[in-house]
Amino acid sequence: MSADRSTALDPLAAPAALSAPVTLPEALAGAEPVESVCTPIRMTYTYTPGRALSRYLRAMADKRILGERCGATGQVFVPPRGVSPLAGAATSEVVELADTGYVESFNITRVPIERRPDLKPPYCSAWIVLDGASVGFLGLVINIAPEEVRIGMRVRAVWKPDEELETSAANILGWEPTGEPDEVITDYERIGRVDASDP
Amino acid sequence: MSSEVLQAPLVLEYPFTRSTGPVIGAFLTGLRDGVICGIRRADGTVLCAPQEYDPLTAEPLTELVEVGQAGEVLTWAWNGDPRPMQPFDRPFAWALIRLDGADTSMLHAVFAPSAAEMSTGMRVRVVWRTEREGHIADIAGFEPIPAGEAA
Repeated sequence: MSADRSTALDPLAAPAALSAPVTLPEALAGAEPVESVCTPIRMTYTYTPGRALSRYLRAMADKRILGERCGATGQVFVPPRGVSPLAGAATSEVVELADTGYVESFNITRVPIERRPDLKPPYCSAWIVLDGASVGFLGLVINIAPEEVRIGMRVRAVWKPDEELETSAANILGWEPTGEPDEVITDYERIGRVDASDP
Repeated sequence: MSSEVLQAPLVLEYPFTRSTGPVIGAFLTGLRDGVICGIRRADGTVLCAPQEYDPLTAEPLTELVEVGQAGEVLTWAWNGDPRPMQPFDRPFAWALIRLDGADTSMLHAVFAPSAAEMSTGMRVRVVWRTEREGHIADIAGFEPIPAGEAA
């Protein structure tokens, strides 16, 4: 093995066409060069949520959160999809959940998203486990500095004003601290997982 | 409880911004300034739209040249049912257009009143958008040149 490194192609070097100087027609002499172009890819769908999610969304209009229970393991899933992802069977029971829970995991975003001026960085997205639920779901943690958010922090839903409620999960503006003592999480390995033996 | 089926619009969009490099960048600079560029190959022929590499020899290409703003339709297909974001909100033709001074063709829209007005070999000229930013859509499309009228 005796590769001649001096003549080997540098995989990190710019391709020739990106580094070579080009000559321009006279009409473009001195023109401010265009160096980037916006090429969005956009897909427009009409989304139909199905029966379980429709129940969930209609309950949202009344500021209620519905989960569904797996008849085999007793676990409660939210948002409900109508089936238990572990047992692979239809869920057996609709369960009304509290609008309180705790932060199981979280992330602080510091980069803005184009077209979401409502999400002002830094903001905190969290995996929130509702009281009575077996799994977490995604929400924003609000009314607290992102650096103060911690795993186990107790939170409650902040709902839109009653006159603005729709059949939409957007009725929950975010989750704010309740001020209760933190949940004590000892088994960090479990975070993000669903344990079939622990209904 | 209502049995009406819920539905909502769902838009999935990836707002990519691409770096153009000097060749495509020069083409887009030209479009912004109302100039159409091709690029010259070693044998003197001109590719329009320009490419960064010679399609036959793979040599890097660097000599951008201005081409004409009118040309010939080499082939076309009628689009009777335009979709949102396409160049025109009424039926139009997609066409491969070889601009004067170029040896290859590029794809764009031709605004003809009907497919009956389209033919291979017809002459068309560019229709610029008034507000241009350095994008292929700076060319709104091409319009047929009436027979007997100079390009």
